[in-house]
Amino acid sequence: MTALAIENLSHGFGSRQALSTVNLSVEEGSFSVLLGPNGAGKTTLISLATGLYSAQQGDIHFFGYSIRRDPMPALASLGVVFQMSTLDLDLTVEQNLVYHAALHGLPRREATKRIGVELERLDIDDRRSEKARSLSGGMRRRVEIARALLHQPRFLIVDEATAGLDVAGRQWLLKHVRSLCRQGLSVLWATHLLDEVEPGDQLVVLHRGTVRWTGEARGLVSDGTLESAFLQLTGSAA
Amino acid sequence: MKMRHASRALAGIMRREMLRFVGQHGRFAAAIVRPLVWLGIFAVGFRSVLGLSIIPPYQTYILYEVYIVPGLAGMMLLFHGMQSSLSMVYDREMGSMRVLLTSPLPRWWLLGARLLANTVTVLPIVYMFLLLARFWEVRPPGLGYVAVLPALTLASLMLGAFGLALSSLIRQLENFAGVMNFVIFPLFFASTALYPLWRLEEVSPVLAGFAWANPFSHAVELIRFALYFQFEPMALAVCMAAFAVFFAFAVWGYDPGRGFWARRAAE
Repeated sequence: MTALAIENLSHGFGSRQALSTVNLSVEEGSFSVLLGPNGAGKTTLISLATGLYSAQQGDIHFFGYSIRRDPMPALASLGVVFQMSTLDLDLTVEQNLVYHAALHGLPRREATKRIGVELERLDIDDRRSEKARSLSGGMRRRVEIARALLHQPRFLIVDEATAGLDVAGRQWLLKHVRSLCRQGLSVLWATHLLDEVEPGDQLVVLHRGTVRWTGEARGLVSDGTLESAFLQLTGSAA
Repeated sequence: MKMRHASRALAGIMRREMLRFVGQHGRFAAAIVRPLVWLGIFAVGFRSVLGLSIIPPYQTYILYEVYIVPGLAGMMLLFHGMQSSLSMVYDREMGSMRVLLTSPLPRWWLLGARLLANTVTVLPIVYMFLLLARFWEVRPPGLGYVAVLPALTLASLMLGAFGLALSSLIRQLENFAGVMNFVIFPLFFASTALYPLWRLEEVSPVLAGFAWANPFSHAVELIRFALYFQFEPMALAVCMAAFAVFFAFAVWGYDPGRGFWARRAAE
């Protein structure tokens, strides 16, 4: 089944066209990497996919639900980790998660149980009473992953979540999300870092608002390295 | 929209706003100290300057402190509504608003829940002020304290919706100082909160006209009449209409496709 289908998506800001006729699909249970240099349109695409604002043209479907016509079931199937931290810094880790659970309609008892499971899985159970403000960048990311998974979404969008993390933190995060994918979660991982791509990943190269390449990553590197192929497609260093 | 889901989200938003408000000790203290300073210093100083004739809902000559208390209750709602709007701008800049806006509920419901949460957090403080005002001989009838609850609720919703609509227009947190100078102060001072309309008419018919058209004046009069267990239909009608207009504007402003939110997101 197609988890994410983007059809003829175009969006501009004033005279600047951020996305031009973008088409792509992500199969259920796959790990897809949205790769592009800074300013390629990744965050715009994710903002449109999460309904933060509406596309000027085209549509986006999650599991057949249009984000434009049927946004509630589409958003319910979605977990999102945004590029910038979106935790409420004045609340504790647990209060942040309880708030998110309420927004997704989880009953309090189920929310408490799910919060325990996710915090334990991310190895941050001992930080639940701490204010988000006191956490390091890496810890905040873990909380955001826990939050995104709280309502058991079928699709996870991660927008440059490794930005600002140290090497160990990056590796841990990527490994964790890949393990979730192996358990059946569909993932769209937006990044500009080539070393986060594995040969078996579904790869979408976005540049200047258009899709330059799509397919399995190993298909792109068959004639050389990923870096050289990427530079050829985008004409920019990643 | 499933009602069970919607009500859980409403409870969650209220809990969050309550936690934030109680956690911000300075804001909490300012909310109660500010009107007491006005009542204890400003009103006492003005008592000898400003003579008041018998005007409804009062049936005798009254002290200036008695006149000013409903206006100060309105001021508390106004400042709280604006601070709530400020926190919307803060949430937007800090990113936490994305969590709210990407939850699977209609935006009008999410914004309405924020408004309701704003009202629920401020009402206990207003009641605390009304009770403390008894030390200044401001003693409305007992039933007035009950009757004023719906009036305070509607006034708070109306002023909160106004703040919400404003927050959809404000680009940056820094611009909020302008809101204080160009919105809050004119709304408060050009109203019936501090002086009755007939007094303004004597001095400046233009200012009196502005005060008459000012929705904040009607919020104050609704509170004033309700506090003395009387009903002011005109004030009720204006507050309800203003609430509908401001809330509709806020929903439009936060619409992902049409409002200012969409334009600003691009910047």
